[in-house]
Amino acid sequence: MTDPTAVKIQNLHKSFFNGWGRRSAVIKNLNLEILDNEIFGYLGANGAGKTTTFKLMLGLIFPDKGEIFFKGKPASDYRNRSLLGYLPENPYFYTYLTAGESLDFYASLFDMKRSEKTRRVGEMLELVGLDHAEDLQLRKFSRGMLQRLGIAQALINDPKLLILDEPMSGLDPMGRKDMRDIILRCRDQGKTVIFSSHIISDVEMICDRAGILSKGELQQIIEMDKRLDNNDSIWEIVCQGKPLNLSTDLSTAGEFSGVKHQVAGNRNILSTDNKAFALRMMDEIKHQGFDLISFGSRRKSIEEIYLKSVGTKGKNHG
Amino acid sequence: MGKITAIALNTFRESIRDRIFYSLLFFAVVLILFSMVLGNLTIGDPLKIVKDFGLGSISIVGTLIAIFVGIGMIYKEMEKRTIFVILSKPLARWQFFIGKYCGLSLTILVEVVVMSILLFVLCFLYVPEIPWTLLYAIIPIFFEILLILAIAFLFSTFSTSFLSGMFTLSIFIIGHFTGDLKAIAQATEDALFQKVSNVIYYVLPNLEYLNFKTRVVHHLNITISEVMLSLTYGILYTVVVLLVGIFIFQRRDIT
Repeated sequence: MTDPTAVKIQNLHKSFFNGWGRRSAVIKNLNLEILDNEIFGYLGANGAGKTTTFKLMLGLIFPDKGEIFFKGKPASDYRNRSLLGYLPENPYFYTYLTAGESLDFYASLFDMKRSEKTRRVGEMLELVGLDHAEDLQLRKFSRGMLQRLGIAQALINDPKLLILDEPMSGLDPMGRKDMRDIILRCRDQGKTVIFSSHIISDVEMICDRAGILSKGELQQIIEMDKRLDNNDSIWEIVCQGKPLNLSTDLSTAGEFSGVKHQVAGNRNILSTDNKAFALRMMDEIKHQGFDLISFGSRRKSIEEIYLKSVGTKGKNHG
Repeated sequence: MGKITAIALNTFRESIRDRIFYSLLFFAVVLILFSMVLGNLTIGDPLKIVKDFGLGSISIVGTLIAIFVGIGMIYKEMEKRTIFVILSKPLARWQFFIGKYCGLSLTILVEVVVMSILLFVLCFLYVPEIPWTLLYAIIPIFFEILLILAIAFLFSTFSTSFLSGMFTLSIFIIGHFTGDLKAIAQATEDALFQKVSNVIYYVLPNLEYLNFKTRVVHHLNITISEVMLSLTYGILYTVVVLLVGIFIFQRRDIT
């Protein structure tokens, strides 16, 4: 029987000694389910506990309490790590190895036949665009090339679940695009991808769902496709003409106290999160003879959701 | 088994490509050649000086290499963060530990073999016959180095490189004097000193059991069973130290 969840985290706690016999909690009662074949973004500020969660999943550190399952199998059994591929933040490798030797070494830690190993190493080098550097020692690699090798070693065993810690950090725009393409392709191949980031646009662009972590606690899970259905949308009108004065030009201006008004040249940009207001403003603008340029809804960026989520919690703590 | 071999071969490759290995090997060559000069300057049998100095060099340089590479076992891997990728694979920690140990043992074997060949050639230049009896000293030296390597591994599972190095070096030095220490303690009346020296004598390894250098150089009688007993002592002690190291390594957080 296959489990529909790729990862299940139950009541996870982790604290570290911070000297003088005191412990500080890094992960507090974390419960999280990551579905099969989704791209899950793990958002949080530096020090929120993203990397700690990953290290707990990988058995690099041990939880004080709680359990983790991959496809229903306990993560504590090292053999179940054959389902995984992991890219650490700023990955480090043995610098005296060449790219080819390095991948061959990582492949040999799986139960793989020699012919399969050779084939996978070649495929991975090609996938990440390092086939020209196969015989180059890693100490001569640039930061971006190391990141590419990192993704290649994470995919060497054709894993069902990919855990990427800050995969975009340190990459140039081209590299970021390549990384996004690789992640999307993995999803198309049926893999589940979890990646952490503190760069919100990366998460917004490719994730199916995103979890927001703050101070070791999961604040919220955002489903990207459902954001339009709730109150997270912003309506935006752009019109052109003379500079608009909201209080005099629009007869109903008094009602529009919640409207944000920006002027750029001879264009007016009006935005509100109230759809009814927006429609009435449209009528007024036409009535007053302004030239309408655009009208539409914009999803509230998850940056705003993120700040709201982390911010209110922060106040509670403060 | 395949995974342990993969780790071992990779570790071997790392140490062979590492410069520290060559610098120490160079040091050993210089020491052994220096013994030739010393042998010619000394009154008496120059061959004995060459053998004595050569065996001493193999022991000292081998031990230094064992300490240098052994203390970095876990700590360097954590410092350089190379361990995260390795342990995220379906590899048990004990497999990693044993693989690393086997790889470094192989490195030390190569190093001891190279130095021994050099010493054999030197001796052959003095007296044209192959000095096989030297093996009675060299083989126990190799097992002593393996024990030192295991101790360095044990310390590196919970301590920084610097401290591990200091601890291991101390044990190497004390290990050669525990017998003397016990003898001195027996000669004194101090009961506390006798107790402490007894604890040290029975807990720390007695490395003199593996020291046949003087007897080989001076052609004193050594029986095979005597050597075998010493090697068994060395191997058992090494296994126990490795098991304790694995016990700690299995349980620690890799942060």
